[in-house]
Amino acid sequence: MKFEEPAGQNLFDRAKIVGKSTPRIDGPLKVSGRAPYAYERHDVAPNQAYGWIVGSAIAKGRITAMNLADARRAPGVLGIVAATEHKPVGTSRFNHAPLFGGTEIAHYHQAIAVVVAETFEQARAAAGLIRTEYADGEGSFDLAKVAPGAPLASEKLPDYNRLGDFQAAFASAPVTVDQRYTTPDEAHAMMEPFATIAAWEGDALTIWTSNQMVAWSKRALASILGMPADKIRVDSPYVGGGFGGKLFIRADAVMAALAAKAVNRPVKLAMQRPLMFNNSTHRPATIQRVRLGAGRDGRITAIAHENWSGNITGEDGENATLQTPKLYTGANRLLENRTAQLDLPEGNAMRAPGEAPGHMALEVAMDELAEALGMDPVELRIVNDAKGNLPGEPEMKISDRNLERCLRTGAERFGWSARKAAPAQMREGRKLVGLGVAAGYRAAPTQKSAARVSLGADGTIAVETDMTDIGTGSYTIIAQTAAEAMGVPLNRVRVDLGDSLSPVSAGSGGQWGAASSTAGVYAACVNLRRMIGEKLGFDGDAATFANGHATLGEQSHALSDAGALSATGEMEFGAFQKEYDIGTYAAHFAEVAVDAYTGETSIRRMLSVCDAGRIINPLSARSQVIGAMVMAAGATLTEDLHVDKRFGYFANHDLASYEVPVHADIPSQECIFLDTLDPMISPLKAKGVGELGICGPGAAIANAVYNATGIRMRDYPLTLDKYLDRLPAIA
Amino acid sequence: MRSFTYERAATPADAARAVASHPNAKFIAGGTNLLDLMKLEIETPAHLIDVGQLGLDRIEKAGDGIRIGTLVSNTALSAHERVREDYPVLTRAIQAGASGQLRNKATTGGNLLQRTRCIYFYDTNMPCNKRAPGSGCAAIGGISRQLGVIGTSDACIATYPGDMAVAMRVLDAAVETIRPDGTMRSIPIADFHRLWGDTPHIETVLEPGELITHVYLPKPLGGKQFYAKVRDRRSYAFALVSVAAVIQPDGTGWVAFGGVAPKPWRVPEADAMLPHGAKAVVDRAFADARPTEDNAFKIPLARRTLAGVLADAKA
Repeated sequence: MKFEEPAGQNLFDRAKIVGKSTPRIDGPLKVSGRAPYAYERHDVAPNQAYGWIVGSAIAKGRITAMNLADARRAPGVLGIVAATEHKPVGTSRFNHAPLFGGTEIAHYHQAIAVVVAETFEQARAAAGLIRTEYADGEGSFDLAKVAPGAPLASEKLPDYNRLGDFQAAFASAPVTVDQRYTTPDEAHAMMEPFATIAAWEGDALTIWTSNQMVAWSKRALASILGMPADKIRVDSPYVGGGFGGKLFIRADAVMAALAAKAVNRPVKLAMQRPLMFNNSTHRPATIQRVRLGAGRDGRITAIAHENWSGNITGEDGENATLQTPKLYTGANRLLENRTAQLDLPEGNAMRAPGEAPGHMALEVAMDELAEALGMDPVELRIVNDAKGNLPGEPEMKISDRNLERCLRTGAERFGWSARKAAPAQMREGRKLVGLGVAAGYRAAPTQKSAARVSLGADGTIAVETDMTDIGTGSYTIIAQTAAEAMGVPLNRVRVDLGDSLSPVSAGSGGQWGAASSTAGVYAACVNLRRMIGEKLGFDGDAATFANGHATLGEQSHALSDAGALSATGEMEFGAFQKEYDIGTYAAHFAEVAVDAYTGETSIRRMLSVCDAGRIINPLSARSQVIGAMVMAAGATLTEDLHVDKRFGYFANHDLASYEVPVHADIPSQECIFLDTLDPMISPLKAKGVGELGICGPGAAIANAVYNATGIRMRDYPLTLDKYLDRLPAIA
Repeated sequence: MRSFTYERAATPADAARAVASHPNAKFIAGGTNLLDLMKLEIETPAHLIDVGQLGLDRIEKAGDGIRIGTLVSNTALSAHERVREDYPVLTRAIQAGASGQLRNKATTGGNLLQRTRCIYFYDTNMPCNKRAPGSGCAAIGGISRQLGVIGTSDACIATYPGDMAVAMRVLDAAVETIRPDGTMRSIPIADFHRLWGDTPHIETVLEPGELITHVYLPKPLGGKQFYAKVRDRRSYAFALVSVAAVIQPDGTGWVAFGGVAPKPWRVPEADAMLPHGAKAVVDRAFADARPTEDNAFKIPLARRTLAGVLADAKA
């Protein structure tokens, strides 16, 4: 099925299940330990041996020798696959750093061996007996040092974007802001580490793993291992957090596959937590310069956003400029994204790549502009909200955008009018109190997506697709969609996800999963309805499916009358979408209290008002948004991969030293969804929210800290050591 | 983790003798720190003596003070009625640390022996004089924001990371032990932890095989008692700076600092400055500080944290 024109009235506009808050259908399994994650799939293959990954002790250079003899002799050891004895594996287009690269070391904790033993403890103990010698190489680890010479990431949009004459407009603007901001390297720090069980049957490989993109990963693993993709099965039904870190095949899958081959047994392994930060991918640090020029009426006439980041290949850094031309339409524009070569571990996608740190600069610059103008920051954003078309090359039509409503609704609900425009005016005892706001934009892409929907002889519905549920609620929204389209209650629908034997879906990434995968399920349901019609002798397209019956005119049949049937369907998204900027929008508010003595910042409450079309399941969508708000709070206040520039690695590589928020940091969160529909996105008129939620809350917190203290900080995270000397004097 | 053998001791004297008679043995009680370090091969004992069954898990009145068995859990100690009423600084310090689950397992004696959280100590690929004597110190010139500003040395700039001991220091606790020869002694907590000097791998004055049996808290000090712990997030993080203080109505009192030194940091001459305000106290207590560029903020932070405590004491 092809989505070739804007959605008109359809069954989802009369929905009884889609759009209603629905507890996760996989919830009971998860809270009772019956939803097995990759490492817990003890039943899928007999006689599983345990693997332990060994990481490089240096960041750059090569291995000169590995002494494996003691480890091989250690109790229980079945085999060792070591870099000195194994040729480098191949690459895939998704990976920048080598996953198992022979003796050349490209980054710290690069996998250099896997030890396999009868027990986990034996594998771990034996790994400790491997002695590796290295020849250190020179590396480049300091973004600030190499940024000035970094080339444009590419000459193409969105890395390079000009409109009008920025320089002239900025020079003549009566009110300007010109500031630099920095964001640090950040880790996904998902709860479930990378984990895989691998088993070979002849030349066919199955991996039970934790991965967001099953079809990508099947192809990538084939390329990495040099084998045909059709000999690989990837199964990833439950994922304990990914945030972009599990979009790709990582060392766990590769090492498990090689280990299983070497010992001729299924092998399970999980990446040790201390390796998670340097072995895998991270969000690259950025240096950003934002220039805004406005008339006294607040209208932005000149807008420039320049961005510098680094990556191991010198490509695909963190483009923090992405949201800028979408949020504000300044008549004259300059965007430049530059990427330097660094020898740190690989930078790659992390929740709202580019946009998350981009908002942390742009939306603080907007706060600075509002202050310079003497204008309310909510009003400034409304004045500059894009309406109708987005100017540029090419000019885009806007599909459905309600940013102004987000801002006005949020201001009212949050009690924005209580904010004092001048900073450092609200004090409660020791606490300096402030409010902040930020706008948010995140694109709403779609990817083609397929599913198989089957009718059982008993009238139940089963959905199979390789779509993943990374904690987002995919199981439930897919069940809701199928229940709605087939006219059966939710508890009559079973959903099986994450298996590469099932039809290929959009997968979970880029905030496209909800919109795309439900559209694919709908396409399969339409085909199944036709098949049922053919079987029972009516026009399935014209019939109404409700209460377990298909009805057309005088004719009405129980679905079970059709017997067992199965249909696949795929939704493809037509070219007409490319004429539109299809985005999601938010207004984020935060209240903070900063201790006037110690500088400790506490978030008191947060609110996000989101505009993302139909919200298929407000309950799980809310979880997505508040989870993203937590992640934004961490990025703003604590999270920071510290680069040890001498050794070239992230030195704080565990969860004790890389501080993500804890419950005490997040006392109160609220999320409001506007009741909107976007007919350009899909038949469900529904857009994703998983990344929107991290686009802006950080800037709202930073702006609240400024409002509380009068101290403007532009280097994240906003830890107290950076502003202690600017707090009020004490006795 | 290396393989190890394990035995359960029947009496404190047996336990002390067992550790002393084995070349590479350690006591284990709650194991909240030791087991993590063993998994990472930072600690590699060949033999563990479990002291968890020794019955040293009671809090008793002793003269004007109380005697705390070494196996009393952090949870039990912080919740004990006498402690909450007479030594509230200790309750507050314990509850500012770790998590409920860890406090349920962690013991009083074990907590005193908690090892540093320096990130280079935790990475066995990096040089560390504490973990591998003579290998050097990666923290000096490295990421040192969390590390020590005073009492450190050219061999090591790590901190003692705990909270409980900082409160015990302000209360002038004494650590009671039994040695392998069966003799017992009482060590003032001021003397219990060593400064690093050239031997940062030796962290306390305990002799090989010497087992902590009790901690004695002397007569309650009264006054208002505070434990102010400043950290980057609101829970489950080690202190950047902490302040344990007992402040009397006349403004005199006692103060110890955590997160800044190899031991809970208290300077009696600085206590005497309390009536003159936080700056006077911190100027004296940190007179010999040698911070790094990354952690120099800890000294003004200590001053501001204490100032906040003194303001609250007046309120």
